[in-house]
Amino acid sequence: MKTLSECKIDHKVKVLKLNASKELKQRLISFGIMRGTTAEILKYAPGRSTMEIKVGKMKIALRTQEANLIEVETI
Amino acid sequence: MKDIKIALVGQPNVGKSMLVNSIANSHLHVGNFSGVTVDKTEVLFDHEGYHFTVVDLPGTYAFTDYTIEERVTHQYLTSGEYDLIINVMDSTNLVKNLQLTSELMSMGKNVVIALNMSDEAKKEGIDIDALRMSKLLGIPCIKVSAITKEGMGELLDALIATKELSTQNSKLVFSEPTEEEILNIEKYLAKHKHQSINSHRNIAINLLKNDKATYKLLHSDPIWTELQSIIVKGSKHIELHHNTDDVREAFAEEYLSFNKGVVEEVLTQVPSRKESSITTKIDNILINPIVGIPIFLFLMWGLFQLTFTIGSIPMDWIDGFFGWLGDTVGPLIKNDDLRSLVVDGIIAGVGAVLLFVPNIVILFIGIALLESTGYMSRVAFLLDGFFHKFGLHGQSFIPLVSGFGCSIPAYMSARILKNDRDRLLTLFIIGFMSCGAKLPVYVLLIGAFLPPEMAGNALFAIYISGAVLGLIAAKILKLTAFKGPEEPFVMEMPKYRLPSLKLVWHTVFTKTMMYVKKAGTFIAAASILIWFLSNYPHNATIDKEYESKIENAQSADMKKELANEMQSEHLEQSYLGTIGKFSEPFFAPLGFDWKMSVALQTGLAAKEVVVSTLGVLYAVGDDVDEQSNSLIGAISKNIPFASAVSFLVVIMIYLPCLAASIVFTREAGGVKYFVYLFVFTSSVAYGLGFIAYHIALRFSS
Repeated sequence: MKTLSECKIDHKVKVLKLNASKELKQRLISFGIMRGTTAEILKYAPGRSTMEIKVGKMKIALRTQEANLIEVETI
Repeated sequence: MKDIKIALVGQPNVGKSMLVNSIANSHLHVGNFSGVTVDKTEVLFDHEGYHFTVVDLPGTYAFTDYTIEERVTHQYLTSGEYDLIINVMDSTNLVKNLQLTSELMSMGKNVVIALNMSDEAKKEGIDIDALRMSKLLGIPCIKVSAITKEGMGELLDALIATKELSTQNSKLVFSEPTEEEILNIEKYLAKHKHQSINSHRNIAINLLKNDKATYKLLHSDPIWTELQSIIVKGSKHIELHHNTDDVREAFAEEYLSFNKGVVEEVLTQVPSRKESSITTKIDNILINPIVGIPIFLFLMWGLFQLTFTIGSIPMDWIDGFFGWLGDTVGPLIKNDDLRSLVVDGIIAGVGAVLLFVPNIVILFIGIALLESTGYMSRVAFLLDGFFHKFGLHGQSFIPLVSGFGCSIPAYMSARILKNDRDRLLTLFIIGFMSCGAKLPVYVLLIGAFLPPEMAGNALFAIYISGAVLGLIAAKILKLTAFKGPEEPFVMEMPKYRLPSLKLVWHTVFTKTMMYVKKAGTFIAAASILIWFLSNYPHNATIDKEYESKIENAQSADMKKELANEMQSEHLEQSYLGTIGKFSEPFFAPLGFDWKMSVALQTGLAAKEVVVSTLGVLYAVGDDVDEQSNSLIGAISKNIPFASAVSFLVVIMIYLPCLAASIVFTREAGGVKYFVYLFVFTSSVAYGLGFIAYHIALRFSS
């Protein structure tokens, strides 16, 4: 089982499952992060506490803490 | 004249406010980071016999009610107090934007889609068949550009046409099992002849996806008990099909596949020449793990340097103008009391405040640029790790930086933080970010004690140390008063955009006018009050006593000295002197004399008043020649260095102005929070002021 927070820069992944609470899940979905969508890891902020990903055409920043709740597979 | 009331909805960063600006030429604040339009703003204009009211609602990604903005928008849309919806979209990101549209389509209101940023889409090689899209969705879609003003007329025509149309048949298509369940509920509603404004199909969709507002509507209906079991069964069926236990997730997936289908049919993408977009290239530098933060710090430093150096040029002109005005108006007024009121009270007080307009304009331009280019979100990204350590949130950065401009918008922008505890914590810290109104006080004190070449650095140091103090305070508060779980950090990084001049101008102009208006009304009134308190009661015996002394004085110097002595004796027995004397012992450990004590207290009304108070209190008892008549000269002569340092520290930390305090209380949600804020800031200010005074004493002796 791999989570988004374990991915390396420039990797492309497919979202398998959102292990978040219902509320956070809705938040992620509203940003387009949902099952079946592909995401690209763009950057890590200093200290790797925050990461930037690209979903569709949108760039999204999220904390690795939350990225840890997103199950993915590399494609 | 017919009325059309329109709700303007869209995801964040699609240029909604800018669009209203283009339609109506209004004075709205538009920015390029999530959460500029916090409250709904109304814009009114007339067009072809129609009276338009456009309600600009806060940007929202979807109706998850996650943030206050989303709640405001959702509530307004369900209230139904409008005729139709304009759904503004970013043409360069259709799939994402359609997510909100699909939710709007089941609200039972007519929608017009504005495909905004079509000029940008063209540049990226995107071509949208708007006509085909209109047919597919059953909603008129109009290509527009808020920047080039393309399509504005068509948009207005479409609005009028849609208003005249009774009902719109939007064509949202779901997967087979979902359609089946929708039909089930629809049939049930039809069988029981359910009366409603919204169509049965829309009600069915809303019920299946667990829409709270629709639940509430039907809850008291007798059919509810039976209906409920149908809904539960239906939802379960849909969940099963999507292999999830969350029906909203299932619907999100339904929407996505429908939207992808639509986009597939209407959008053709020519491989664009500008590969690897500019945004990515800029991001490689600006949010680079190594140079990102240094660049940010450098930009902030540069901003403060500019504020000081360029700002000082027009300041000389303004200073000169008010000096001239006082000299010209003074002799025209015969009555002594009246002349003193106008020249020493109003002109001196308002002049002292208007003097700082150039600084404030530059600072506001800087902040407006940060906002409108999209850099603000990058900074939040860079700093979240850091802020998180202090118990704050990367997005706290936005209210905190706004706090450097003015605390009032800063308090309001703290609404982007959803978690109440995080928001309260940020609200308590905002005051540590020195607002624009404190700038005059700093400029004055720095000017009085430091050489000009040091001024920019000193100012930067003050702002930074305020921010550092704020972070420490945040950590302490987080560990004590605000313990608890944290808010997740998920944020869009919008595209970089060249700031539109018009947009920056609007922002800076409105904010500056707010400051100037304050100078003209509130501060003028405060100046008059302070002038009155410092001139009355007038003791005639002092006049008589000194008159004879001055007449008998030998040299001109002696005469001047005696005149000064007379003035300060007048001041000391005035109302203001009494207040200052009364509170002097309390402030004595900080090294304040009674004049400084008074200035500090008048500063509770507005920070700008600190300067005008000092102006009235010190300029009065001074020589008349040009050189020493300036306030800066008077202060460096009358205030010891150590006292100035502790005064500065207290100004940095203590309670924000009256207006900001009111906003704080409103945003925090109760008077008790204001009491906390008062106790918190006052004790910190007093304690640190005391320490700073004693350290400075040691250095200066």
